[in-house]
Amino acid sequence: MREGAIAVVGDKDSVLAFKAIGVDVFPVEGEIQARETVHTLARSYSVIFVTEKVAVAADMYIKRYKSRAYPVIVPIPSAEGSMNLGLKGIDANVEKAIGANVFIDSKED
Amino acid sequence: MAKLNVNPTRMELRRLKTRLKTATRGHKLLKDKSDEMIRRFMLYVRENKRLREEVEGELQNALKDFMLARAVSSDAVIEEAIALPGTKIKLDVSSQNVMSVEVPVFNITGGDVQELYPYSFASVTGELDSAVASLSTLLPKLLKLAEVEKTCNMLADEIERNRRRVNALEYVMIPQFEETIKYITMKLDENERGATTRLMKVKSMLQTQNEV
Repeated sequence: MREGAIAVVGDKDSVLAFKAIGVDVFPVEGEIQARETVHTLARSYSVIFVTEKVAVAADMYIKRYKSRAYPVIVPIPSAEGSMNLGLKGIDANVEKAIGANVFIDSKED
Repeated sequence: MAKLNVNPTRMELRRLKTRLKTATRGHKLLKDKSDEMIRRFMLYVRENKRLREEVEGELQNALKDFMLARAVSSDAVIEEAIALPGTKIKLDVSSQNVMSVEVPVFNITGGDVQELYPYSFASVTGELDSAVASLSTLLPKLLKLAEVEKTCNMLADEIERNRRRVNALEYVMIPQFEETIKYITMKLDENERGATTRLMKVKSMLQTQNEV
Protein backbone atom coordinates (compact mmCIF):
# COMPACT_ATOMS: atom_id res chain seq x y z
CA MET A 1 0.00 0.00 0.00
CA ARG A 2 1.20 3.45 -0.80
CA GLU A 3 2.23 5.68 2.05
CA GLY A 4 0.40 8.88 2.76
CA ALA A 5 2.66 11.38 1.14
CA ILE A 6 2.05 14.52 -0.85
CA ALA A 7 4.02 15.55 -3.91
CA VAL A 8 3.99 18.76 -5.92
CA VAL A 9 5.14 18.76 -9.53
CA GLY A 10 5.61 21.87 -11.62
CA ASP A 11 7.95 24.58 -12.76
CA LYS A 12 10.47 25.68 -10.16
CA ASP A 13 8.91 29.08 -9.48
CA SER A 14 5.59 27.53 -8.53
CA VAL A 15 6.61 24.50 -6.53
CA LEU A 16 9.55 25.71 -4.49
CA ALA A 17 7.26 27.50 -2.06
CA PHE A 18 5.67 24.19 -1.10
CA LYS A 19 8.99 22.86 0.10
CA ALA A 20 8.90 25.19 3.09
CA ILE A 21 5.76 23.53 4.45
CA GLY A 22 7.13 20.01 4.38
CA VAL A 23 5.74 18.68 1.10
CA ASP A 24 7.93 16.78 -1.37
CA VAL A 25 8.51 18.94 -4.43
CA PHE A 26 9.66 17.90 -7.88
CA PRO A 27 10.62 20.79 -10.13
CA VAL A 28 10.43 19.81 -13.79
CA GLU A 29 11.36 21.44 -17.05
CA GLY A 30 9.74 20.60 -20.32
CA GLU A 31 6.84 18.36 -21.22
CA ILE A 32 8.74 15.10 -21.42
CA GLN A 33 10.25 15.42 -17.98
CA ALA A 34 6.87 16.42 -16.58
CA ARG A 35 5.24 13.34 -18.04
CA GLU A 36 7.92 10.99 -16.77
CA THR A 37 7.85 12.50 -13.29
CA VAL A 38 4.09 12.18 -12.94
CA HIS A 39 4.30 8.62 -14.19
CA THR A 40 6.88 7.56 -11.62
CA LEU A 41 5.35 9.48 -8.72
CA ALA A 42 1.92 8.00 -9.34
CA ARG A 43 3.11 4.68 -7.96
CA SER A 44 4.35 5.90 -4.61
CA TYR A 45 2.45 9.06 -3.69
CA SER A 46 -1.20 9.24 -2.76
CA VAL A 47 -1.75 12.93 -3.49
CA ILE A 48 0.01 14.69 -6.34
CA PHE A 49 -0.56 18.36 -7.01
CA VAL A 50 0.50 19.35 -10.49
CA THR A 51 0.61 22.77 -12.07
CA GLU A 52 -1.73 23.22 -14.99
CA LYS A 53 1.07 23.08 -17.55
CA VAL A 54 2.20 19.73 -16.20
CA ALA A 55 -1.40 18.56 -16.13
CA VAL A 56 -1.71 19.27 -19.83
CA ALA A 57 1.59 17.55 -20.60
CA ALA A 58 0.84 14.45 -18.52
CA ASP A 59 -2.79 14.26 -19.55
CA MET A 60 -2.37 10.67 -20.71
CA TYR A 61 -1.27 9.41 -17.28
CA ILE A 62 -3.71 11.58 -15.38
CA LYS A 63 -6.62 10.15 -17.34
CA ARG A 64 -5.44 6.66 -16.52
CA TYR A 65 -5.71 7.28 -12.78
CA LYS A 66 -8.95 9.21 -12.97
CA SER A 67 -11.28 6.35 -12.16
CA ARG A 68 -9.18 4.95 -9.30
CA ALA A 69 -9.22 6.13 -5.71
CA TYR A 70 -5.42 6.56 -5.49
CA PRO A 71 -3.37 8.45 -6.53
CA VAL A 72 -5.31 11.68 -6.48
CA ILE A 73 -3.86 14.04 -9.08
CA VAL A 74 -5.07 17.61 -8.75
CA PRO A 75 -4.23 20.51 -11.06
CA ILE A 76 -3.33 23.77 -9.32
CA PRO A 77 -2.59 27.16 -10.82
CA SER A 78 1.05 28.05 -11.24
CA ALA A 79 2.81 31.26 -10.34
CA GLU A 80 2.05 32.63 -13.78
CA GLY A 81 -1.68 32.47 -13.22
CA SER A 82 -4.54 30.12 -13.79
CA MET A 83 -5.73 28.67 -17.08
CA ASN A 84 -8.98 27.65 -15.38
CA LEU A 85 -8.21 24.02 -15.99
CA GLY A 86 -9.75 23.00 -12.67
CA LEU A 87 -13.06 24.72 -13.32
CA LYS A 88 -13.14 23.24 -16.82
CA GLY A 89 -12.66 19.83 -15.27
CA ILE A 90 -15.65 20.40 -12.99
CA ASP A 91 -17.78 21.43 -15.94
CA ALA A 92 -16.69 18.32 -17.84
CA ASN A 93 -17.72 16.17 -14.87
CA VAL A 94 -21.14 17.78 -14.69
CA GLU A 95 -21.62 17.27 -18.38
CA LYS A 96 -20.60 13.65 -18.13
CA ALA A 97 -22.86 12.90 -15.19
CA ILE A 98 -25.97 14.82 -16.13
CA GLY A 99 -25.70 14.92 -19.89
CA ALA A 100 -25.90 18.66 -20.20
CA ASN A 101 -23.85 21.42 -18.69
CA VAL A 102 -26.17 22.96 -16.18
CA PHE A 103 -24.95 26.21 -14.82
CA ILE A 104 -24.25 25.75 -11.13
CA ASP A 105 -23.87 28.77 -9.00
CA SER A 106 -23.62 28.64 -5.25
CA LYS A 107 -26.39 31.05 -4.48
CA GLU A 108 -27.68 29.02 -1.53
CA ASP A 109 -24.72 29.85 0.66
CA MET B 1 -37.12 -5.61 -32.26
CA ALA B 2 -35.20 -8.77 -32.44
CA LYS B 3 -36.46 -11.68 -30.47
CA LEU B 4 -34.12 -14.12 -28.80
CA ASN B 5 -33.23 -17.30 -30.62
CA VAL B 6 -34.89 -19.87 -28.36
CA ASN B 7 -37.11 -22.92 -28.73
CA PRO B 8 -40.79 -22.10 -28.24
CA THR B 9 -41.34 -24.46 -25.31
CA ARG B 10 -43.11 -24.07 -22.00
CA MET B 11 -39.83 -24.51 -20.14
CA GLU B 12 -38.23 -21.67 -22.08
CA LEU B 13 -41.29 -19.50 -21.50
CA ARG B 14 -41.10 -20.02 -17.76
CA ARG B 15 -37.39 -19.26 -17.75
CA LEU B 16 -37.88 -16.08 -19.76
CA LYS B 17 -40.66 -14.88 -17.51
CA THR B 18 -38.38 -15.14 -14.48
CA ARG B 19 -35.63 -13.32 -16.31
CA LEU B 20 -38.01 -10.56 -17.31
CA LYS B 21 -39.08 -10.16 -13.71
CA THR B 22 -35.45 -9.90 -12.57
CA ALA B 23 -34.62 -7.45 -15.33
CA THR B 24 -37.55 -5.18 -14.46
CA ARG B 25 -36.63 -5.24 -10.81
CA GLY B 26 -32.99 -4.54 -11.61
CA HIS B 27 -33.96 -1.70 -13.89
CA LYS B 28 -36.02 -0.06 -11.18
CA LEU B 29 -33.24 -0.44 -8.62
CA LEU B 30 -30.57 0.93 -10.95
CA LYS B 31 -32.76 3.87 -11.85
CA ASP B 32 -33.19 4.71 -8.17
CA LYS B 33 -29.46 4.35 -7.66
CA SER B 34 -28.82 6.73 -10.54
CA ASP B 35 -31.17 9.33 -9.06
CA GLU B 36 -29.48 9.20 -5.69
CA MET B 37 -26.01 9.32 -7.22
CA ILE B 38 -26.90 12.43 -9.19
CA ARG B 39 -28.26 14.07 -6.04
CA ARG B 40 -25.04 13.35 -4.15
CA PHE B 41 -22.96 14.36 -7.14
CA MET B 42 -24.63 17.76 -7.27
CA LEU B 43 -23.79 18.33 -3.60
CA TYR B 44 -20.15 17.37 -4.14
CA VAL B 45 -19.79 19.33 -7.33
CA ARG B 46 -21.08 22.52 -5.71
CA GLU B 47 -18.56 22.13 -2.91
CA ASN B 48 -15.89 21.33 -5.46
CA LYS B 49 -16.55 24.53 -7.35
CA ARG B 50 -16.59 26.64 -4.21
CA LEU B 51 -13.35 25.11 -2.89
CA ARG B 52 -11.66 25.35 -6.27
CA GLU B 53 -12.37 29.05 -6.61
CA GLU B 54 -11.28 29.73 -3.04
CA VAL B 55 -8.07 27.71 -3.28
CA GLU B 56 -7.06 29.12 -6.65
CA GLY B 57 -7.38 32.67 -5.39
CA GLU B 58 -5.46 32.10 -2.18
CA LEU B 59 -2.81 29.99 -3.82
CA GLN B 60 -2.13 32.63 -6.40
CA ASN B 61 -1.66 35.22 -3.70
CA ALA B 62 0.72 32.97 -1.79
CA LEU B 63 2.72 32.20 -4.91
CA LYS B 64 2.85 35.88 -5.78
CA ASP B 65 4.34 36.60 -2.35
CA PHE B 66 6.86 33.87 -2.88
CA MET B 67 7.81 35.28 -6.27
CA LEU B 68 8.35 38.65 -4.67
CA ALA B 69 10.55 37.10 -2.00
CA ARG B 70 12.57 35.40 -4.70
CA ALA B 71 12.90 38.62 -6.60
CA VAL B 72 14.27 40.45 -3.59
CA SER B 73 16.68 37.84 -2.28
CA SER B 74 18.99 35.77 -4.42
CA ASP B 75 18.09 32.25 -5.47
CA ALA B 76 20.79 30.71 -3.31
CA VAL B 77 19.52 32.47 -0.19
CA ILE B 78 15.93 31.36 -0.73
CA GLU B 79 16.91 27.81 -1.49
CA GLU B 80 19.08 27.64 1.54
CA ALA B 81 16.31 29.09 3.68
CA ILE B 82 13.80 26.42 2.79
CA ALA B 83 16.16 23.53 2.16
CA LEU B 84 15.35 21.92 5.51
CA PRO B 85 11.67 22.33 6.27
CA GLY B 86 10.73 22.39 9.93
CA THR B 87 7.66 20.27 9.46
CA LYS B 88 6.91 17.07 7.65
CA ILE B 89 3.34 16.49 6.57
CA LYS B 90 2.13 12.95 7.11
CA LEU B 91 -1.11 11.87 5.63
CA ASP B 92 -3.44 9.19 6.85
CA VAL B 93 -5.14 7.81 3.75
CA SER B 94 -8.22 5.65 3.80
CA SER B 95 -11.28 5.22 1.66
CA GLN B 96 -14.95 5.77 2.14
CA ASN B 97 -17.89 4.23 0.36
CA VAL B 98 -20.16 6.71 -1.41
CA MET B 99 -22.89 4.94 -3.39
CA SER B 100 -20.67 1.87 -3.84
CA VAL B 101 -17.82 4.01 -5.13
CA GLU B 102 -14.61 3.84 -3.12
CA VAL B 103 -13.49 7.42 -2.67
CA PRO B 104 -10.36 8.63 -0.88
CA VAL B 105 -10.37 10.27 2.53
CA PHE B 106 -7.37 12.12 3.94
CA ASN B 107 -6.44 12.95 7.48
CA ILE B 108 -3.41 15.03 8.24
CA THR B 109 -1.40 13.33 10.94
CA GLY B 110 1.88 14.29 12.51
CA GLY B 111 1.88 17.63 10.77
CA ASP B 112 2.53 19.34 14.08
CA VAL B 113 4.21 22.60 13.44
CA GLN B 114 7.28 22.86 15.60
CA GLU B 115 8.89 25.47 13.47
CA LEU B 116 6.88 27.03 10.69
CA TYR B 117 9.71 29.22 9.49
CA PRO B 118 12.80 27.05 9.16
CA TYR B 119 15.12 29.94 8.47
CA SER B 120 16.63 32.91 10.12
CA PHE B 121 14.52 36.03 9.75
CA ALA B 122 17.61 38.11 9.12
CA SER B 123 18.45 36.51 5.78
CA VAL B 124 15.14 36.80 3.91
CA THR B 125 12.36 39.32 3.47
CA GLY B 126 8.91 39.36 5.00
CA GLU B 127 7.23 38.22 1.81
CA LEU B 128 8.61 34.74 2.33
CA ASP B 129 7.06 34.63 5.81
CA SER B 130 3.64 35.51 4.54
CA ALA B 131 3.95 33.09 1.61
CA VAL B 132 4.89 30.23 3.91
CA ALA B 133 2.20 31.12 6.44
CA SER B 134 -0.59 31.30 3.89
CA LEU B 135 0.57 28.13 2.16
CA SER B 136 0.55 26.15 5.38
CA THR B 137 -2.96 27.32 6.22
CA LEU B 138 -3.98 26.54 2.68
CA LEU B 139 -2.77 22.95 2.75
CA PRO B 140 -5.78 21.44 4.57
CA LYS B 141 -8.04 23.18 2.06
CA LEU B 142 -5.96 21.85 -0.82
CA LEU B 143 -6.31 18.34 0.52
CA LYS B 144 -10.04 18.78 0.96
CA LEU B 145 -10.19 19.96 -2.63
CA ALA B 146 -8.25 16.89 -3.75
CA GLU B 147 -10.68 14.67 -1.86
CA VAL B 148 -13.82 16.34 -3.19
CA GLU B 149 -12.54 16.62 -6.73
CA LYS B 150 -11.64 12.94 -6.83
CA THR B 151 -15.06 12.04 -5.45
CA CYS B 152 -16.68 14.09 -8.19
CA ASN B 153 -14.56 12.44 -10.86
CA MET B 154 -15.37 8.96 -9.66
CA LEU B 155 -19.05 9.65 -9.14
CA ALA B 156 -19.34 11.14 -12.63
CA ASP B 157 -17.73 8.01 -14.07
CA GLU B 158 -20.00 5.76 -12.07
CA ILE B 159 -23.11 7.73 -13.03
CA GLU B 160 -22.22 7.38 -16.69
CA ARG B 161 -21.62 3.66 -16.34
CA ASN B 162 -24.84 3.23 -14.42
CA ARG B 163 -26.78 5.08 -17.08
CA ARG B 164 -25.49 2.65 -19.70
CA ARG B 165 -26.72 -0.24 -17.60
CA VAL B 166 -30.15 1.34 -17.13
CA ASN B 167 -30.46 2.04 -20.84
CA ALA B 168 -29.31 -1.44 -21.82
CA LEU B 169 -31.99 -2.92 -19.58
CA GLU B 170 -34.69 -0.50 -20.61
CA TYR B 171 -34.16 -0.45 -24.36
CA VAL B 172 -32.58 -3.82 -25.14
CA MET B 173 -33.06 -6.54 -22.56
CA ILE B 174 -36.63 -5.88 -21.45
CA PRO B 175 -38.11 -5.38 -24.97
CA GLN B 176 -36.27 -8.52 -26.11
CA PHE B 177 -37.74 -10.58 -23.32
CA GLU B 178 -41.22 -9.23 -23.90
CA GLU B 179 -41.00 -9.92 -27.61
CA THR B 180 -39.75 -13.45 -27.09
CA ILE B 181 -42.38 -14.21 -24.47
CA LYS B 182 -45.05 -12.99 -26.85
CA TYR B 183 -43.61 -15.11 -29.65
CA ILE B 184 -43.55 -18.26 -27.52
CA THR B 185 -47.07 -17.70 -26.22
CA MET B 186 -48.38 -17.26 -29.76
CA LYS B 187 -46.54 -20.33 -30.97
CA LEU B 188 -47.88 -22.44 -28.12
CA ASP B 189 -51.43 -21.17 -28.69
CA GLU B 190 -51.07 -21.91 -32.38
CA ASN B 191 -49.92 -25.47 -31.63
CA GLU B 192 -52.88 -25.97 -29.34
CA ARG B 193 -55.32 -24.74 -31.97
CA GLY B 194 -53.61 -27.01 -34.49
CA ALA B 195 -54.07 -29.99 -32.19
CA THR B 196 -57.77 -29.19 -31.63
CA THR B 197 -58.51 -28.86 -35.34
CA ARG B 198 -56.65 -32.08 -36.02
CA LEU B 199 -58.77 -33.89 -33.43
CA MET B 200 -61.96 -32.45 -34.90
CA LYS B 201 -60.88 -33.51 -38.38
CA VAL B 202 -60.03 -37.03 -37.23
CA LYS B 203 -63.37 -37.29 -35.45
CA SER B 204 -65.33 -36.24 -38.53
CA MET B 205 -63.28 -38.63 -40.70
CA LEU B 206 -64.07 -41.49 -38.30
CA GLN B 207 -67.75 -40.54 -38.36
CA THR B 208 -67.96 -40.64 -42.18
CA GLN B 209 -66.12 -43.99 -42.16
CA ASN B 210 -68.62 -45.47 -39.67
CA GLU B 211 -71.56 -44.25 -41.73
CA VAL B 212 -70.21 -45.98 -44.83
